[in-house]
Amino acid sequence: MAEPKIDLKNLKAGGFIKERGKDLFTVRLRVPGGRMSVDRLSKIAAVAQKYGKGYVHLSVRQSIELININFADFDAVVAELGEEQQKVASCGARVRVPTACGGCEYNPNGLVGTQKSALEVDQKLFGTATGHHKFKVGFAGCPFDCPKSATNDVGFQGAVWPKLDSDGCISCGLCAKSCAEGALSMGADNKPVFDAAKCIYCGDCIKVCPTGAWSAEKKGYTVRIGGKWGRRPLVGTLYATFVPEERVVDFIAAVLGWYQEKAEGAGRVRLGDIIIREGWQSLLERLRSEFPEYVVQETIAPQVIQSQLPLPGQQA
Amino acid sequence: MQSIDLRGVTCPTNFVMAKLKLEDIEVGTTVEFLLDDGEPVKNVPRSLKDEGHKLLGLQERDGYYVLTLEKGAE
Ligand code: HEM
Ligand code: HEM
Ligand code: SF4
Ligand code: SF4
Ligand code: SF4
Repeated sequence: MAEPKIDLKNLKAGGFIKERGKDLFTVRLRVPGGRMSVDRLSKIAAVAQKYGKGYVHLSVRQSIELININFADFDAVVAELGEEQQKVASCGARVRVPTACGGCEYNPNGLVGTQKSALEVDQKLFGTATGHHKFKVGFAGCPFDCPKSATNDVGFQGAVWPKLDSDGCISCGLCAKSCAEGALSMGADNKPVFDAAKCIYCGDCIKVCPTGAWSAEKKGYTVRIGGKWGRRPLVGTLYATFVPEERVVDFIAAVLGWYQEKAEGAGRVRLGDIIIREGWQSLLERLRSEFPEYVVQETIAPQVIQSQLPLPGQQA
Repeated sequence: MQSIDLRGVTCPTNFVMAKLKLEDIEVGTTVEFLLDDGEPVKNVPRSLKDEGHKLLGLQERDGYYVLTLEKGAE
C-alpha cells in the first residue's frame, strides 16, 4: 500500500498529539474562551463521527479534542473542520489558546468582556513562539475567579473601582450588607464608609445599590503573572490593576518580550521560574516603563505550592 | 403591606419564589420579603433589582432581614 501523503505544515503547527495506539493521534481544537457556535459544534461532531471513535474529550483548558484520529486522515480532518473555520490548536513553546469564563455578557457577576479579550489575544498572539516554553493566558470576569487566572503565565481578572455619591444614598444599608470583604460599614451619618485597603473591586456594592449612589469609577483587569500548574505548581502574583481591556494585548506582549530576553539560554523554563531567578523587580520595572499608571508599587515572587512529597527538609 | 416569608428557603429557590409572588402583585405596590442572613440577603436583593424592581430598604430583625421594594413595570 502506498504511503499516504500528509501536509507536514499541518503537523508543525502543533495540536496533533500522539496517542498510545499505532498511527493514532488526538487532534486538539482551537476554542478561545470556550465559546463555540452551534454550527461549528455540529461540524466537529460530524468530523468526529466520520474519523474518530464516537467520542470527543473536553479538555481542562476548554479545548475539544478529537480522539483516535488516524494520521492518514489529518488533511481531510483539517479541510472539513475548515468548512466551519474551525482551526487546530498548538503545542510546544508557544502562546496557547487563551481560556476565559463567560464574563459579563450573561453572568450576573461578570464585570468585563472576557470573551472579547480571549478572542483578541487568540487572533493577535496565538502561536507566537516564546523560544523557551509554553505560555498560557486566561481571563476571569470577576474576583470569584472561576477560571483560576493566577495559574496562567499571565492571568487577567475583571475588577471595578466603586465611587460613592453620598447625596444619592438613601441609607438602606444594602451595600454594607452585600460587601463580603468588610470594606463597607454604615457610618454615624447612616452613609456607607469605604475602607479601600479591604476592597477587592468586585462591584457587588454597585450592583445592589437601589439608587445608583455607587457607580464605577474605573474598570479593567487585575493582572497576575508567573503562574503555572503541573508537577511543580506556582501561583502568579499581582503586577497591575485596572489594565483597560484595550491594553491587554500590549501588556501580554511586554511580558513576552521580557521572558524571551531573560530566559535566553535557560532552555525549557516557564516564566514563573525565570521571575524567581531574575527577581520580580526586573519584570515590574520593565512593565512600569510601559504601563506606569497600572503597575503596582511592589509585588512578591510567584508562590511555590508544595504538592509533592517529601516536603523540603523532610525525608520520606 | 404584604409580607412574603422566604426564610428557610435557599438560593436560587428563594429568588424564583419571590419572582412568582411578584407576578400576582400590582405595579407600584410596596411589599416586603423576609430573608435569611448569608447568601439569601446578599443575592436576592440584587437579583430583584436586576429584574426591574425598586429596592426601598433593608432592616435587620431578630436574626433575619426584611427587604422592602416597590414592584417595577413589566
Ligand atoms: C507527548 C507529550 C505531551 C502530551 C501529549 C501532552 C498533553 C497535554 C494535554 C492534553 C494537556 C491539557 C490537558 C487538559 O487541558 O485537559 C496538557 C497540559 C499540560 N502539560 Fe502536557 N503534554 C505533553 C508533554 C508535556 C511536557 C513535556 C510538559 C512539561 C515539561 C507538559 C506539561 C503540561 C502541563 C504543566 C500542563 C497543564 C498545566 C498548565 O496549564 O500549565 N506536558 N498536556
Ligand atoms: C448567581 C450566583 C452564581 C453564579 C451564576 C455562579 C456561576 C459560576 C460558574 C458558571 C462557575 C464555573 C465557571 C467556569 O468553570 O467557567 C462558577 C465557579 C465558581 N464559583 Fe460561582 N456562581 C455563583 C455564585 C458563587 C458564590 C456565591 C461563590 C462563593 C461564595 C462562588 C464561587 C465560585 C468558585 C470558587 C468557583 C470556581 C470553582 C472551582 O474552582 O471549580 N460562586 N460559578
Ligand atoms: S469569574 Fe466571575 S464572571 Fe467569570 S464565571 Fe466566575 S463568577 Fe462568573
Ligand atoms: S467593590 Fe466589592 S469589596 Fe469593594 S466595597 Fe464594593 S462590595 Fe466591597
Ligand atoms: S446601597 Fe446605595 S442607597 Fe443603600 S446605603 Fe449603600 S449607597 Fe446608600
